Formats: sequence, C-alpha cells, structure tokens
Amino acid sequence: MVQNIIDVRNLSKSFDISSKEPGLKGTIKHFFKRQTKSLKVIKDINFEIKEGEIVGFLGANGAGKTTILKMLCGLIYPSEGSILVSGYLPFRRKENFLKNITLIMGQKQQLIWDLPPIESFYLNASIYDLDKFEAKKRIKKLSEMLEIDEELFIPVRKLSLGQRMKSELLAALIHEPNILFLDEPTLGLDINAQSNLRKFLQKYNKENNATICLTSHYMKDITSLCKRVICVHEGAISYDGKLDLLLKKLSPVKEILIICRSEEDAIKLGNSGFTVKNKIKNEITIKIENNSITSSLKTILNNFDIEDLFINEPPIDEVIGKVLIKKDYDI
Amino acid sequence: MISNLINRKIFTLLKVQYSNMLEYRVEIALWAISGIIPFFMLNIWTNNDLNESINISDVMLSRYFLCAFFVRQFSVVWVVFSFEEDSLMGKVSPYLIQPLNPFFRYFAQHLAEQITRFPFALIIAFFFFIFNPESLWIPNLGILLLSMLSTFLSFMIQFLIQSIVACLCFWTEKASSIERLLFIPTLFLSGLLAPVVSFPAYVKSWIYWTPFPYLIDFPANLLSGNESNISGGLSMQILWIFLLFPLFKKIWSEGTKKYTAMGS
Repeated sequence: MVQNIIDVRNLSKSFDISSKEPGLKGTIKHFFKRQTKSLKVIKDINFEIKEGEIVGFLGANGAGKTTILKMLCGLIYPSEGSILVSGYLPFRRKENFLKNITLIMGQKQQLIWDLPPIESFYLNASIYDLDKFEAKKRIKKLSEMLEIDEELFIPVRKLSLGQRMKSELLAALIHEPNILFLDEPTLGLDINAQSNLRKFLQKYNKENNATICLTSHYMKDITSLCKRVICVHEGAISYDGKLDLLLKKLSPVKEILIICRSEEDAIKLGNSGFTVKNKIKNEITIKIENNSITSSLKTILNNFDIEDLFINEPPIDEVIGKVLIKKDYDI
Repeated sequence: MISNLINRKIFTLLKVQYSNMLEYRVEIALWAISGIIPFFMLNIWTNNDLNESINISDVMLSRYFLCAFFVRQFSVVWVVFSFEEDSLMGKVSPYLIQPLNPFFRYFAQHLAEQITRFPFALIIAFFFFIFNPESLWIPNLGILLLSMLSTFLSFMIQFLIQSIVACLCFWTEKASSIERLLFIPTLFLSGLLAPVVSFPAYVKSWIYWTPFPYLIDFPANLLSGNESNISGGLSMQILWIFLLFPLFKKIWSEGTKKYTAMGS
C-alpha cells in the first residue's frame, strides 16, 4: 500500500496586514498610528498526499495556494494545525528533511547571476554533501534530461528565460529530492519550453517516484501532469479529488458537430429528441451528456446518413475558471 | 566529520564567492580606495600637531592610521544591507530551505571580498610609504599573526552585530536604518577617526566595556607596534563573540518564525 508522504491537519495561517487610507491625512494618520488586522489566509484545511503522486493546486490569485506550498516546505510557520512531510515537521527544517525536498518558484532564482550555472551547481552539491564525482554524475544526468549543455558554462545573466529556468531546475534537483514543490514553474516560458519542462517533470516523477505539488495558472501544466487537484478558494479547500471527475462535474455535456449527407437528414436528426445548439444547412450541433455519449453516437450512426462528425471538448480554461470562483464542489 | 563537511561547504562557498567577486574587481578597487578616511584623519592630526597632546610621535601616529586603514579594509561588514535586500525581494527563500544557514553565504561573500581587496590595499599602502618613507616598518611575525587574528575577530564581532540587526528584517522591513544608528558609535568610538587613547578620561572609563575599541583601535595599535594589552584585548574580542553568537542564534530562530516570504 502506498503511504501518505504529506499529511495536513486543520492547517491555518494568518498574517498581520496594515492598512492605510489614501491621501495626506491617511499618510499622517498611518505614520502615528498603524492600523493592523489579522487576515486568515488559510482556513482549517486538511489533506493527504501519497508518495509518487502529482497534485495540482488550483485557485485564483491570492487564494492561498503558494502559502500552502510555503508551509509544506517549511519556509513559513503555520499559525494553527499540523503538517507532516515525510515524517518531519517542515518548519523545524531538519537537515534530513531539507535534503529530501525542493521548492522551485517561477521567475525567482537561486543561481548566482554573474557566474555560469555550473558554479551554482557545484556549490549546491557541496551544500547537500555530495562529493565532486557524484555531483558531476548528477549534473551530467540532469543536463541530459533537461537538454542543456553549453548553457552550463555561460553566465546566468546571459541566458534566456527558458535556459535559466532549466538551470534553476537542475540546481534545485541536484540533491535528487523525493518531494518537489513547484510554484508556477512554467511562468513566462514559451510553449516549447513549457512542454519540455512538463516532459521532464513526468520523467523525473517516474524515475524517482517523486511526489510533486504544483501550482500553475497554465491549465496545460495541470492537465498533463496531475491526476489529482486540490482547489483552493479564499484559503479553504473547495475540491480535492480526481481532475477528470471535476471536469465531468463542471462540464457534464459535450458538443458534437455532425455533418449529414443532406439537409433533410439534418432536419430529421434535429427532430429526433437531441438538444440542438444550432443548425446550418446540413451541419447540426447537438449537446449530449457525457454518460450517454457512446449509446447516442451509436443511435445516430445507425439511423442517419452521416458524412462526418466532431466531438468538441469544452475549453479546459473555461471549465477550470468556474472552480476559481466557486466555493464548494461536492462530488 | 561534521566539521569537515562544514569546512568543505565553506571552502566551496568561498571559492564560488571569490569567482563572483572577481567579476566586480573594479568596484572592489573603488571600495578599497573609498576606505581612506584614516589617511584624512592622519592629515588633520599631524597638520594641527594634535598628537603632541597624547604623546604619540608623528611616525607612530601615521603607522596607527595606516593600520586602522588595513583593519577597516579587512573587517568592513555590509551583511545587513545584503540580507535586507534579499529578504525583501524573496531571494532568501531558496536559501532558507537548504541545509546551510544563509548567513554562511554572506560570511563567505565577505571573506571573498576581503581576499579580492588585499592587492588593492597593498597598492594603497605602497603609495602611503612613498609619501611617508619614515613610517615604513616591518612588524615581527608573531605580532603580524596576532594582528591578523585580532582583525578577524573584529570582523566576526561586526559581522555578528550586523547579523543580529539584519534579523530584525523579520519584524521591520528596514532594519538597515537601525544599523545606521549603530554606525555613529562605530565611527567615533572604534578608533577610526582618532586613537582611543586620545579620548577624554571619562570616555575611556567605560568605552573598554563596549565592543567598539576592539573593532579598529585594538588591532591597529597591535599591528602598528603601539603599546597594547594583547591578552586583554583578544580576550575581550572573544568574550564579545561568545556573547553575540547565542543572541544571534536566538533572534534568528525567533525571526524565521515571523518570515512571510515576501516577494516570492
């Protein structure tokens, strides 16, 4: 049985936020007396993640996804509740825990700006107690997986964003962590770079049985990497489960464009009980519920003279967008 | 075993930071030149015959200020500014989840900068002796080694004081303004502007209980061959390090609980 590697119980986080009224009066008032209030950004959340799972955290800006990741990796201290990651309390930042995790934040860098990435790799290797031979071996392996070579010897400031991101990944993975926290890892990358990064993460997950927690606003990242998603809405979990179940729930029907041999066939099909979205000459678009799609298509193909048909998936961004504004999904 | 691993980490950090510093060699040369304040002070002292009032010869005074320049070059600390910037920009976050306290990075950065400064400081000293040939002297090896140790301890004290102030970034975003407050006593009481021996008696009665005279005055006097209580001075430096280190550890541990990972 696969065991839980992350266990979160009744986790909450509050921040003290100071507010200021606009204008000179507000500025003077703010100078003498600061008004601060405690804002609960994470509200009593619970979840577990199994070893080797890739879980996507979805939510609007400010929903609390990144705060959750920061607490999971031990960067910030929880206000209430408990977190166990790989058997450790993350915030204690025990050496063995830190050697087992990594956090990658898109657009944030740990590489030394004026030196080639290779210098940062060897530095990280020594921080994680790897000897030179082992470091060299891992740099070779990871650079092959990430398809970077000459870039290792060019100062970071001269690399493109994509090359830099690959180098950041290599620096963050040189100690071969089992748990990866990725916050918007594909932010700002072009389509090819995004796709390569996703392939790399899939391969890394497979080869190392690594657990990956990922936030991204690019739905392609989520759909191609995560079977499970945790939706966060205003600091609370609104959905935790399989991504395809969520998609089915949010988008229970599919649109099917059918091109009939003649206009009469299209009229006949339109009058046969299906929900028609629109009809232009011999082309008709109907809506069919996901659970009856096979039987409905069988009926159509057996009874009507069909030239061609297309099944249109609703745009994933549109579907997931609904999650970001809704409080609860009971599936 | 553990100390070996730490040494290897520090050594690699030092190597990498030294490579990084070499990228900034022009800036470092300028920084070295900008540290010539003791030479201005020497000029003021000798032109106004102020040294006569404290019974120090012109030669000894010029050696003192040259040594003050050297001590300053190898003990100057700016960790509060680096940490504040990194903390506000979220750059500290990846370092916090590595199995090495981020302050080791800054420590190595400072040491690497000192190594880079060394040739520039020697060039400045060379010119100093060209204009003041009577001040030329060669300290004996024992004194030279003790002075190097004392300068390193002075650097450690300043590094710890600034690191403690830097940790206040976890509570206030502008911890460097607190450092500026500390800069005033450091400037006036450390011996950078005047040897502590020239201070009024009532100042001398308490100043040796503070860390300030051990930052410049004590190591500079030691190196220049002026009369100094070597064992007393070194003991006080070590005592201050022992007092400041646990304070730093405490404030670091409390501060990281307050860290909000701003900007990341």
